[in-house]
Amino acid sequence: MIDRRGVLLAGAALAGGRVSRARAAEPIKLGLVAALSGASAKSGEGIARGLQVAIDEVNAAGGLLGGRMLELVRRDDESNPGKGQAAARELIDREGVAALFGGIDSPVSLAIVPLANQTKTPFMGVWAAATNITRNGAEPNYVFRVSAVDVLVDKRLVKHAMGTFNAKSLGLILVNNAWGESNQAGLTAAAAEAGIKVAGVEKFGEADADMLPQLQRLRAAGADCLVLVGNAAPGAQVMKSLQRGAWSVPVVSHWGISGGRFPELAGSWAGRVHFVQTYSFFGPQGAVGKRVAAAMMARYPDVKGLGDITPPVGVANAYDAAHLVAKGIAQAGSTEGPKLREGLLAIDRHDGLIKSYVKPFSPGNHDALDENDYVMVKYNGESIEPVSG
Amino acid sequence: MLETALVSGLGSGSVYGLIALGFTLTFAVSGTVNFAQGSSMMLGAVVCHALAVGWRWPYAAAVPVALVACALWGAVVERLAVRPFVRRGSDAWLMATVALGIVLDNAVMALFGKEPRSLPSSLADEPIVWGEVGVFPLQLLIPAVLLAVALGLHWALRRTGLGLRLRAAVENADAARLMGIDVVRLVALTFAAAAALAGLGGILVAPLFNVAYDMGTLFGVKAFAVAILGGLTRPWGVVAAGLAYGLVEAGTTVWLGSGATQIITFSAVILALAAAPAGVFGRGRVRV
Repeated sequence: MIDRRGVLLAGAALAGGRVSRARAAEPIKLGLVAALSGASAKSGEGIARGLQVAIDEVNAAGGLLGGRMLELVRRDDESNPGKGQAAARELIDREGVAALFGGIDSPVSLAIVPLANQTKTPFMGVWAAATNITRNGAEPNYVFRVSAVDVLVDKRLVKHAMGTFNAKSLGLILVNNAWGESNQAGLTAAAAEAGIKVAGVEKFGEADADMLPQLQRLRAAGADCLVLVGNAAPGAQVMKSLQRGAWSVPVVSHWGISGGRFPELAGSWAGRVHFVQTYSFFGPQGAVGKRVAAAMMARYPDVKGLGDITPPVGVANAYDAAHLVAKGIAQAGSTEGPKLREGLLAIDRHDGLIKSYVKPFSPGNHDALDENDYVMVKYNGESIEPVSG
Repeated sequence: MLETALVSGLGSGSVYGLIALGFTLTFAVSGTVNFAQGSSMMLGAVVCHALAVGWRWPYAAAVPVALVACALWGAVVERLAVRPFVRRGSDAWLMATVALGIVLDNAVMALFGKEPRSLPSSLADEPIVWGEVGVFPLQLLIPAVLLAVALGLHWALRRTGLGLRLRAAVENADAARLMGIDVVRLVALTFAAAAALAGLGGILVAPLFNVAYDMGTLFGVKAFAVAILGGLTRPWGVVAAGLAYGLVEAGTTVWLGSGATQIITFSAVILALAAAPAGVFGRGRVRV
């Protein structure tokens, strides 16, 4: 005969069973904090699409941890560090996301880094390239990245300026924020290492309408190639100001300009800029490249051709990053932050879109990409195409 | 370098001047201003973009309609955010006009979107080049428009019946009212004209810059500084202050670098006002 205690235990066991079944079906939430509006809105949309295509693939293959589906929860940081940090906190505290993905703006990512480390929530950068996002001094460090790193991009930009444009004297025209600062240090060091002179450094604000005075200073200082670091709207103003000043100097640029409507805003001089990306959907594609392009066209009606997969860097980085996080969760067997962190560090190999990753993360290196993974590109109309050199 | 400072400075200074003339108009007649002048500027550019790019209207039609929209907006600001407070002897119109501007910015953000867009113009396509200096034809047009508007205002105030009534209201509103002049309507008219002037500035600067819901914020602040510098009630003073502000701004960037621009420009404003509290080109006591 079952006594009262037995009934209670049986009830508890049944309830527990229900709870564990409920947990099995409960989705694993992944958070995205990115610019979904404003001048860099295209970057956020590209990132969200790359993440979603990867998430669809993981879910179609049965999900993770015994059938739990992945779910993307998006928040708009409006390119504002304060709003980004608040959104990240909300995603961690209220939505209970297993990991966070970041957007284009380094200042926003830099604001989220301490929060990620304090709350032990893995934070995966997929665009913002400031060196100290991943190299932030925290131990343990919960910040990872599948994107370029300023200090390495800067080396590549200097190399391209010298190799393709035979530059002898660089003019730096940089956005006046933490990202610009990060690149000023990186470009100055890269130029010194390559033995090329920096003729001058000029800054502009995000909302500046006329960059001609700054450009004329660089022209007067003898710059024969400009290095541009800024997002699409002010980057376009730089090109318009160059056009106005009739100064047809070569321009190499960091990739911020590809995060908005640069070709529309910059007008006829948009195609003159050579800039860095981590991936191009043009040229010979591997199996993953073909699959992602097909999935993008199937899922998003406005993607009718390869040129519509924009910004390619946002899509590609986010796609690989989402798969790496999924692999990390599978490896950890858990969505708990510390375990997921260990899971990411334990990934041995992953055949991704940008490349085949071998030990993408290690305790001393949280950046999955390096300078060998960068390609130089330019706009042809709205499309982004590789340039040689 | 000098040519660059002149071209850049006169171009941006003219836009500040156009917006600031609006402050002058309303302040002279009513002692109040529309602090949302920056939003009026944005409205002109956004409506023009919607009509010319979105609906493919010719500029000859899009620009007047955009200016009428701005004028209506100016009249709405006066009716909702100025008149009720002034009637009660309150200075809360200060905050109310700012608030209404924020409402407009956000409404436009919802309708137009948050992404900056381009307003194409054949006047900002191919620069005219002299040696190392190039200007878009539009950059030459903007100072010309400012001078034409200022001359037009000067003439209208002195040579038209409406101008006479306005001047009467400026001189003594109570006496004007007793003489049968509808001062309330005149005030509404100046707010409409002020918003249209700001809208004109927005339309002119948009092809050089871009069109965005928040484009007016910085221009509005700078234009107010220009209006104060110019003496608020002195149209020609405001025109001169606008050009001077633009030239100091561009000159600082050219000769001292972009890091010094805002520090030097706004410090110059403070110094100028410390030396001449009624504005560099102003007269008499300051009314606050």
